Amino acid sequence: MILPITIGVLTAGAIYLMLQRGMVRIIFGLALLAHAANLLILSAGVTAWRGEPLPSRTGVEDAGDPLPQAFVLTAIVIALAVTVLMLAMAVIGHNDDTKRMPETGETHRR
Amino acid sequence: MSPDYAPLVPLMVVLPLIGAGLTLAAAGRTVVQRAVSLTVLVGMTGLAAVLLWAADTQGPQVVFVGGWTATEGIVLVVDRLAALMIIVSSVVMLAVLSYSVGQGASSFDEESDGHSPLPVFHPALLVLAAGVTTTFISGDLFHLYVGFEMLLSASFVLLTLGGTVERVRAGTTYVLVSLLSSVIFLAAIGLVYAATGTINLALLSERLGEIPLGTVALLNLMLLIGFAVKAAVFPMSGWLPESYPTAPAPVTAVFAGLLTKVGVYAMIRTQTLLFPQARFDDLLLVAALLTMIVGILGAIAQDDIKRMLSFTLVSHIGFLIFGIAVGSTHGLASAIFYVIHHITVQTTLFLVLGLVERVGGSSDTTKLGDLARISPVVGVLFFVPAMNLAGIPPFSGFLGKVGLVQAGVAEGSWLALLLVAGSVLTSLLTLYAVAKVWGRAFWSENVAGITGGGPLRGGHHQALEAGVLVPTAALVVVGLALTVLAGPLFDVATRAAVDLTLREPYLLAVLGSGGAP
Repeated sequence: MILPITIGVLTAGAIYLMLQRGMVRIIFGLALLAHAANLLILSAGVTAWRGEPLPSRTGVEDAGDPLPQAFVLTAIVIALAVTVLMLAMAVIGHNDDTKRMPETGETHRR
Repeated sequence: MSPDYAPLVPLMVVLPLIGAGLTLAAAGRTVVQRAVSLTVLVGMTGLAAVLLWAADTQGPQVVFVGGWTATEGIVLVVDRLAALMIIVSSVVMLAVLSYSVGQGASSFDEESDGHSPLPVFHPALLVLAAGVTTTFISGDLFHLYVGFEMLLSASFVLLTLGGTVERVRAGTTYVLVSLLSSVIFLAAIGLVYAATGTINLALLSERLGEIPLGTVALLNLMLLIGFAVKAAVFPMSGWLPESYPTAPAPVTAVFAGLLTKVGVYAMIRTQTLLFPQARFDDLLLVAALLTMIVGILGAIAQDDIKRMLSFTLVSHIGFLIFGIAVGSTHGLASAIFYVIHHITVQTTLFLVLGLVERVGGSSDTTKLGDLARISPVVGVLFFVPAMNLAGIPPFSGFLGKVGLVQAGVAEGSWLALLLVAGSVLTSLLTLYAVAKVWGRAFWSENVAGITGGGPLRGGHHQALEAGVLVPTAALVVVGLALTVLAGPLFDVATRAAVDLTLREPYLLAVLGSGGAP
């Protein structure tokens, strides 16, 4: 039950953070959501406490499924890179939400 | 024994990635960068032509990466659909790259080469090319996800090129929405693996038939939501007109042509190969109708040509979803033909818009006027693809729409007939939207103090060099060639659609040959 509860808490926290206004909080929210998705993939292959999937150390019947671990590793790297990019964007476009009118090309008549 | 063409498949990804590395290493030497990028994209186009021929005459080309079998490794598959998609995307990329090279020392270089610490346009465009090809040739879901992330990361860089506040603001919306859809896709992959123990598309299409229908429906719905956000299907389309118009013309052209179509491709692939027994056809039909109508109503309301084109882009995604949802072979064939037509035409229009901005100094119809007299060439270059987009006979847009309408009538349900009516209405409204732009920007006289005949006052104007005219004209000609060659092209699309409906050729190619390379 630990894994589903963790995924649920992470998702709830992520959605709460993404509904906030500040860019940095939204980024944290997306990072949490990525963690939740990663744990979801892990839970698809490693449902119990299992050994490392190395044939020299663990028998096949005790080893975890290596494929989800490979997926998660890839997904973590991607999430990290994109988080860095978004943080850079948060720095460049700081406070544009609260101080500037949206520049979408539409005219705002007041 | 004919030669084996499968080893060419990985080159479609490896070539642009090597090119990206080289162009990054040659940062600051613009000539080297341009030579490398052009060589790579010409090579990709040639390879794609060979692969299309091979896939059409000899069946799907399959590569088992690293010699792993389909059960544990990555499989690359080029069947007719994938081959058609990669050749169109390569041609479009080549045209856009020639256009940006032809711009010479213009505004674009100031953004990418002059003030930016690293000239990242060429590397990012090549990574984007690699990502787009990866999604088209990948034979498993996770590899598809990686392809999506590659092209998304590259598109983030391209969209925020130069790092001005407007672009970062527009890019923020785009990045957040894209990432959210990626996470949904990722979660769906996890659930698919938990339910079936594989993510290989061919294996999945066998194993999904063995698990309860409710589970399959849930998985399908999650994948559909993930792809629908990327394809800008109506309830999830709000991000597109917000983010595309701020980018430079060549970047918008590539995005408009390729990024949403990648989502459409993923929907075609999963709906036909994985979920023939648990499809959401009615839901997709309603989404298609709303996408068409809402999109085109948005387009009519716009004064800015860039925003108008972004909304027509959303609107015409509805036609593609319509073809997928009808699901008959003829519907799928028409959708495939329409994808090819739409990639070409939409990219052309955004490139022409770049020309309009150079001549008129703006893309706002309230500030433009008399362009047809000032620059007849730009007028012709705009008119032809615009009529093509609106679906005036005999252009390829008309042919694709006729195919879709025929498929919808053949389907016969009231919802499909409603869609037929909606698509006709959307075509007429598209004609109205482009005619409005034509009337205001090209035919109206002396708007806002512009003197007719001479160069425009105010704003910054640039001369039309051959470097930007020729690639745009070439793409217009490609769009016309789609009309002339519509017969053979529709035949290939029909054969691709038959493959998709049968599923056998794909499964046999991936699973039948025993797995060893």
